[in-house]
Amino acid sequence: MADVSKAEPVLSIENLTLALPPLADRAHAVENVSLSIAPGETLCIVGESGSGKSMIAHAVMGLLPKAVKPKGGAIKLAGRDLLSLDEAAMQDVRGREIGMIFQEPMTSLNPVMRIEDQIFETFEAHGLLAKSERRARTLALLTEVGLPDPARLAKAYPHELSGGQRQRVMIAMALALEPKLLIADEPTTALDVTTQAQILKLLDNLRQKHGTAVLFITHDFGVVAEIADRIAVLQQGKLVEQGTADQVLSNPQHDYTKRLLAAVPSLIPPQRPAIVESKPVLSVTDLGKVYRKRSFFGAAREVKAADNVSFTLAKGETLGLVGESGSGKSTVGRCCLRLIEPDGGRIMLGDLVLSDLGKSALRQHRKRIQMIFQDPFASLNPRQTVGRIISDGPVAHGTSRKDALARAKELLELVGLSANAVDRYPHEFSGGQRQRVGIARALALEPDVLVADEAVSALDVSVQAQILTLIKEIQQRLGLAILFVTHDLRVAAQICDRIAVMQRGRIVETGPTAALFAAPQHAYTQALLAAVPGGARFGH
Amino acid sequence: MNLLQFLSGRLVKGVLVLFAIALLNFFLIRAAPGDPAQVLAGEAGAADAQLLEQLRARFGLDQPLLTQLWIYLKGYATLDLGFSYRQQRPVLDLVLDRLPATLLLTGAAFIVSLGLGVVMGALAARRAGRWSDSLITTLSLVFYATPLFWIALMSQILFSLKLGLVPNVGFETIGANYTGLARALDIGHHLILPSITLGLFFTALYARMMRASMLEVAGADFVKTARAKGLSPAIVSRRHVARNAILPVVTLAGLQAGQLVGGAVLTETVFAWPGIGRLMFDALVQRDYSVLLGVFFISSAMVVGFNILTDLVYRLADPRIEAAS
Repeated sequence: MADVSKAEPVLSIENLTLALPPLADRAHAVENVSLSIAPGETLCIVGESGSGKSMIAHAVMGLLPKAVKPKGGAIKLAGRDLLSLDEAAMQDVRGREIGMIFQEPMTSLNPVMRIEDQIFETFEAHGLLAKSERRARTLALLTEVGLPDPARLAKAYPHELSGGQRQRVMIAMALALEPKLLIADEPTTALDVTTQAQILKLLDNLRQKHGTAVLFITHDFGVVAEIADRIAVLQQGKLVEQGTADQVLSNPQHDYTKRLLAAVPSLIPPQRPAIVESKPVLSVTDLGKVYRKRSFFGAAREVKAADNVSFTLAKGETLGLVGESGSGKSTVGRCCLRLIEPDGGRIMLGDLVLSDLGKSALRQHRKRIQMIFQDPFASLNPRQTVGRIISDGPVAHGTSRKDALARAKELLELVGLSANAVDRYPHEFSGGQRQRVGIARALALEPDVLVADEAVSALDVSVQAQILTLIKEIQQRLGLAILFVTHDLRVAAQICDRIAVMQRGRIVETGPTAALFAAPQHAYTQALLAAVPGGARFGH
Repeated sequence: MNLLQFLSGRLVKGVLVLFAIALLNFFLIRAAPGDPAQVLAGEAGAADAQLLEQLRARFGLDQPLLTQLWIYLKGYATLDLGFSYRQQRPVLDLVLDRLPATLLLTGAAFIVSLGLGVVMGALAARRAGRWSDSLITTLSLVFYATPLFWIALMSQILFSLKLGLVPNVGFETIGANYTGLARALDIGHHLILPSITLGLFFTALYARMMRASMLEVAGADFVKTARAKGLSPAIVSRRHVARNAILPVVTLAGLQAGQLVGGAVLTETVFAWPGIGRLMFDALVQRDYSVLLGVFFISSAMVVGFNILTDLVYRLADPRIEAAS
């Protein structure tokens, strides 16, 4: 952490209020917020979705959506009020005095422009450097952010780079003109943990080297613990707490901060009751799935998404399938329901060989294994009522609509919603509530096995904690076996009895959660655990 | 996959497609009632069985169908498109005679509509919601919905007969015997009305598509990145938004380009333009099999060719595409 003296602040936001359009659910996106950042300091703005944290970043950049208008206060960059600048003057500030990095590295770069041209343009926009110097500087920047073979990479298009590499390009671009202030809006949220750790380290090194002030927007307290000098906590557009990282993390004053911190899942697995030895409900043997990219000439490219994957799942047990993106964990989850047809291997549901069933037999028996999906917004049909969504499954299996709807009401109460939700549509619910509907839908068929594919990854921490508790309760009550697919080791630590770590389609290590976290055997598991942000602070 | 592999793959497939088309054309035409001998005999007013037999023997129509097919395919393999007994000339000559006029007309229409459509669409998107946007959107809806022949006739009446700005019909001024530049200008003058008429529909289509596509891309993350660099709105709009928004327009332009030969029958008829469309129409009425087959084949070859070209352009325009062959 940088030693921050009482220097003139680079950025000071004074009583900023941003007005939302008249019909929004609250009047102000941000209300009366005051913040300041000293040179070389990292200020983290933390808050859940809808707290207005991104709006602050966009207001500083002068890139607010048309509907959101600054209503009061000032944003002073080195003493100059940015809100009073006209568009032309603001254009000159962007890029030169403030650089910005965004959340989605996959979509933040222009797909039809070469990397070097996209960096090059930053100099061009501000009329800086001669042409030959711009090229040289571009290469120097790419080298500085740690990209391999910068000369070749400069000529590449964004789609030829990985997510982490693209985010490095974004950083190079944001830092090209050595701005006083760098705004990073959830820059590592879309990245895998190991990549996230590298990017956070890079940002911190660059900040120290150039003395750039960093405004870091995030919802993730783990990341905050890694990078923040000072923390500002935002709730519903209001600043509820501000202080040094140590103060806020170890001695939070406001209730909301306390609640947020308490909701961060610990990396230490809790004591879990032993699973009663029984015949496995789900057993998967030598599961294989290869994705082929066919081509007219030459050899096809093959990706082994599942390679000799075997595991068993007992009644009442939760097995975590953990890995980074592309490790094949979701493919395995979907193969268990034969939503994706596996190429080989055996899937047994109790005594039933699910992998050998024909189409109509599969339809009959698939109700015994159900799925909860990641995206609560995309996984519910927006044109069907919640009652219909939940009852459709049982009706397809011969229950009358009336009975199924009655059962849907019971299920809704079971997942903590009111029974009258049956007549409402998905858009009337929040993300967490929709995920509850998704769970009720999965339970409607009274399955033996639930496959939860990143079921809490899209949710805010406080909501995440509630859903995890709900899943645990339901499991105890119904004795479900759960295959819990996740990239989040904290979540896995909290909910899983056993964990299987996947890398490139293979299970590299498997074991009881507590043992695996305490003494990881495989190098990849060790790397994953080391990369979890805030590991030191949120260990317990 | 590199360019050469891609091209050779596509060419091999293209030849197979053309073979299938040639076969299909042959049988399709035979499925229509009547044959050239009947038409000829009908026109001569003496349709006795003996004359019909004679005519059929002369055209080779008395041979078994498969033999005729074999002769037809063998000819096409050596680029011999047959002989029109009706016009007493090889079909290839007839087609090549008419091809330049058609390509001039449709090519001009293509360029005008693509250029105008993209510019209008981009303009409308940048001014979305303002009166200029409403004007462009309304105009393109009108042109999109109005039948081509009606626009053709009305524009003839207005611009040619009433205002006398442009010639009414024809390819060039008959009897003027211009040469060189003067002739080119004369043809150009004749070209204005038919090419604009023919291009209006696609202009409207491009404008609508470009507008929608621009608005969609304008919300993309990389546009925010571009603005965050401090680029001016004009550069953001041109280099980042338009450059990406034009990709779906390229696909549509490929479709239009495929119609360059066969798509102008109506316009050529209304404006008495001596092109392929007219040749085909006349051949159809006269059941002139060899000419019809020739025109069909050349049009299909153009469609296949332009499809390959479109994919090629697409590969250049969008580096993400590894056009699968």
